[in-house]
Amino acid sequence: MAHTAKQKDYFPYLLLVPATLVMVSIVAYPLIETFRLSFTNTGMSQNYEYVGLANYEKIMSRRFPEVIARTFYWMGLSVALKMLIGTLGAVLLNAMVPGRALFRILVMPPWVIPIAIGVFIWGWMYNGQFGMLSGMAQRIGILDAPFEFLAYKNSAFMATIVTDVWIGVPMVTLYLLAAMQSISRDLYEAAWVDGASRFYRFRRITLPLIIPSIATMALLSAIATFNSFDIIWILTEGGPRGATTTMIIDTYKTAISRFKYGEGAARTVMIVLFLGSFTFVYFVLLSRLAKRSPNNAA
Amino acid sequence: MLHKYRWYEYVLIYCGLAVFLTFVLAPFVEAFVVSLRPLSGLFSIPYRFITDDMSFEAYFSMWKNVPLLWRYMLNSFFIATVVTILGLLCIIPAAYAFARFEFPARNSLLGVFIAVNMFSGAVLIIPLFKLMQQYGLLNTYFAMIAPGTAFVIPTGIWLLRSYLVRIPKELEEAAWVDGAGKIYTLVRVIIPVALPGIVVVTITAFITAYAQQFIYALTFNSVNELNPLPVGLFQFFGRQSVVWNELMAASLVGILPVLFVYVFLQRYIVAGLTAGAVKE
Repeated sequence: MAHTAKQKDYFPYLLLVPATLVMVSIVAYPLIETFRLSFTNTGMSQNYEYVGLANYEKIMSRRFPEVIARTFYWMGLSVALKMLIGTLGAVLLNAMVPGRALFRILVMPPWVIPIAIGVFIWGWMYNGQFGMLSGMAQRIGILDAPFEFLAYKNSAFMATIVTDVWIGVPMVTLYLLAAMQSISRDLYEAAWVDGASRFYRFRRITLPLIIPSIATMALLSAIATFNSFDIIWILTEGGPRGATTTMIIDTYKTAISRFKYGEGAARTVMIVLFLGSFTFVYFVLLSRLAKRSPNNAA
Repeated sequence: MLHKYRWYEYVLIYCGLAVFLTFVLAPFVEAFVVSLRPLSGLFSIPYRFITDDMSFEAYFSMWKNVPLLWRYMLNSFFIATVVTILGLLCIIPAAYAFARFEFPARNSLLGVFIAVNMFSGAVLIIPLFKLMQQYGLLNTYFAMIAPGTAFVIPTGIWLLRSYLVRIPKELEEAAWVDGAGKIYTLVRVIIPVALPGIVVVTITAFITAYAQQFIYALTFNSVNELNPLPVGLFQFFGRQSVVWNELMAASLVGILPVLFVYVFLQRYIVAGLTAGAVKE
């Protein structure tokens, strides 16, 4: 220990060089460049001018506020469902029943496979004429005619959320399951000896102790959902009539499909501001939890 | 006993698990069933789950109708492998630095690396696109590999650092006393001992790299021969008349490699991914 403290050398910095190089060239520099581009009218041609805040004024006066609201609605609904289903799944997988080892393995495939491939499968299931969901609903009698899920505003919105939940739930479930399993058995045994019911033990022991994990996971999953691109792009490309256009999708359409890099960059800056504030909350949460954990460790 | 359930509790738990796992696995079952049906049988009304005319026909015909399928799969595998190797070259030294050395701003620097996880390729796509264009890197493997690498590094550093912290310091101090250089110590002493941790990082990096290929390839690449599987198949997905049975067959064959990796190594993957949920 004295050895490392005494020697004031550059070795640790040397070790960080490769990772830093990648981060600076792929993340940091492009971020700064985005910021600069957002004040220009950069398009297809090489020439551009600085236009001040014009891009920001433009997007604020148009339908972008609506896109922001939709993004938060989409994210909020998706994260809420992921946490609800994930918590229920973790409780079920935590039950000491025969076959649980196998069930735990079976949860992960949606997370393991490439997102795009999973979305192709959902694209088929949402197919109105021949897809599984419409077909099943007709068999049971909920629908009396084929229903094209991705063709209507509300159903397309919900369809993209369901697919996002499907992809996100495995990770949430496993994370919360690990949190539940780290709770000491002694607590449950003591409560059991005192005659506490199973539900009471869940409400008074399990739930309070996994709330920090739920909060952490909710925030991480909110960030991932906010960044989500593949699902919506493959299923609807933001349609029908903009019903599934989130900030990421809108930015992509503006910049990559319509070559308006300046306007796209202004949108990206807004996204970065939102993501930055999520990140800030995440770190505050982590440091709060780190301060609390010594008391909990016993 | 604490964990003795009554019969109705068993019923409740298994019913809940059945519903939960149906939601998770039904798409895979459906994809498999669709891949077995002839195209004409697919469009039968009313919807039927099992039909008599099922066969593995699509698994043979898809190689003819999607001529580059092999290329797509190899490209996916190649891109993910290179991303993983480059990622490890950055992750291992950085994680070692954060785990073992005291230096100014260490924690805030680690925070900055972790914060990169909050962004995705979609956020950086505009400047990256312009940069690639400027340096003539569009339509190369590099354009699909470089951004992917950046996004496997933060998680990798985090996972490996928590593993390295647990290795006793005496190990490398003994090596230093014997006169071993620092890089020699890292390569010959630390890396062999940390191998289980490195394996976890490698697997997670590979799965991430395999899963995240869509947006980079879609945006930076228009040469079909270089496309990874997701974008290669996306062209067929977008068509007016989608050949669903072959698309599903190709999708299932394409995910087999990662599913194999997962099934055999799931114990390590789960342990690594959930490390943050368990207090140390």
